Amino acid sequence: MKKFLGKVLTILWKDILSELRTRDIVVSVLVFALLVIVIFNFAFEPERVGLVAAGILWVALTFAGVLGLSRSFVLEKDKDCLEGLMLCPVDREVIYFGKMLGSLTFILVVAVIVLPIFFILFNLPIFRPELVLIVVLATIGFASVGTLFSALAVNTKAREIMLPILFFPIVAPVIIAAVKATGLVFAGESWSSLSSWLQIMAAFDIIFLVVSSLVFEFIVEE
Amino acid sequence: MKERGVMRSNSLLGLSFLLMVAALYLVFVYVPTEKEMGIVQRIFYLMVPMGWLALLSFLIVFIGSILYLRKRESRWDILAHSSAEVGIVFTTLALITGAIWAKPIWGVWWTWEPRLTATLVLWLIYLAYLMVRSFATEESRGARFAAVVGIIGFIDIPIVALATTLWRGMHPGAVIFEGGLAPSMLLTLLVSIAAFTALYFCLLGRRIGLREVEAEIKKLSQD
Repeated sequence: MKKFLGKVLTILWKDILSELRTRDIVVSVLVFALLVIVIFNFAFEPERVGLVAAGILWVALTFAGVLGLSRSFVLEKDKDCLEGLMLCPVDREVIYFGKMLGSLTFILVVAVIVLPIFFILFNLPIFRPELVLIVVLATIGFASVGTLFSALAVNTKAREIMLPILFFPIVAPVIIAAVKATGLVFAGESWSSLSSWLQIMAAFDIIFLVVSSLVFEFIVEE
Repeated sequence: MKERGVMRSNSLLGLSFLLMVAALYLVFVYVPTEKEMGIVQRIFYLMVPMGWLALLSFLIVFIGSILYLRKRESRWDILAHSSAEVGIVFTTLALITGAIWAKPIWGVWWTWEPRLTATLVLWLIYLAYLMVRSFATEESRGARFAAVVGIIGFIDIPIVALATTLWRGMHPGAVIFEGGLAPSMLLTLLVSIAAFTALYFCLLGRRIGLREVEAEIKKLSQD
């Protein structure tokens, strides 16, 4: 078990290191997320934006997430690093969890920067701890199936479009739950009213972490 | 073997024809008109079988996908692929009949009602399943990718159903599960479901047969 974790963390560290050197994913995804938020501000009347704030936040984070997830394997593929990764003497599950944690970290970093800016731009009540849990649960959900589909999409003819087409319908329950729960937090509701939404997200995360790690080998095999 | 396959397919076609005629009689002549919703309610006997087949065909895609990944025999892939193609037709019909039902009852063609929303998500997953194949660089890879999407998509359905139900609220269709349906209505519904299920298997068999012939022609032309 300890060995497994060590190998996973090694792959994660490789991703973080290359990100620290190139800043390829976080910066581009962050700029994109901010642009989505600004454009939404034009799409709705600024006075009534409070009603749809939760929706705007999650559309921005979902779109940004899908972009980051797609970069994660495009970078590997472009320089043929994916083959090197597959030659590693580790199980396919290790590679899956390593890449998944990498994407998870990058999306969370983006979320941590986007959230305060979002609160300032939309004049929303200051931050509450419930939001952290919602963001973490939803992001794990995105990264779990997103990593699998990203590895799949990169091997098709239309990689840019294939990932969103696969990703959005599958994560629909996470988006619904995240938007609803965030809306409740903005409305000042208590923990107990959030619980069913948090449970749906947690169930989604566990189910798809297990299933995705099991079927990942069929995607990357040659 | 081919002969027997054709005969079985023809007898299925005959069976679904007979059941279909019986279902038409039951739906339009035998069953009484529902009190509150009136004549429109009769589309219920068409909509429920469509929804059922949307699920059944995806269940078969799921089973075919698992068996394909395990055994790597192309017949399981052919089964899953054909079932998805027939399934997307029935899912589309489920959405259309749902819209026709919604118009007189709720006054709008589309409402984000839980079951309708879940069916729409299911339809989009089917679409992704079929698109993965056409965008794959080679056929065997496409089959593998599609199988993975078939498995993930099917597991996702209960979560989608749960989320959309919590999101919106109850559906009039829920009465069947509470035993609130009159016996004559239940009979009509069951015959209609049987008729369309027979039609589904008939279409599935035809599609598989067609694919097998296609594969054979391909092999012959390569030789």
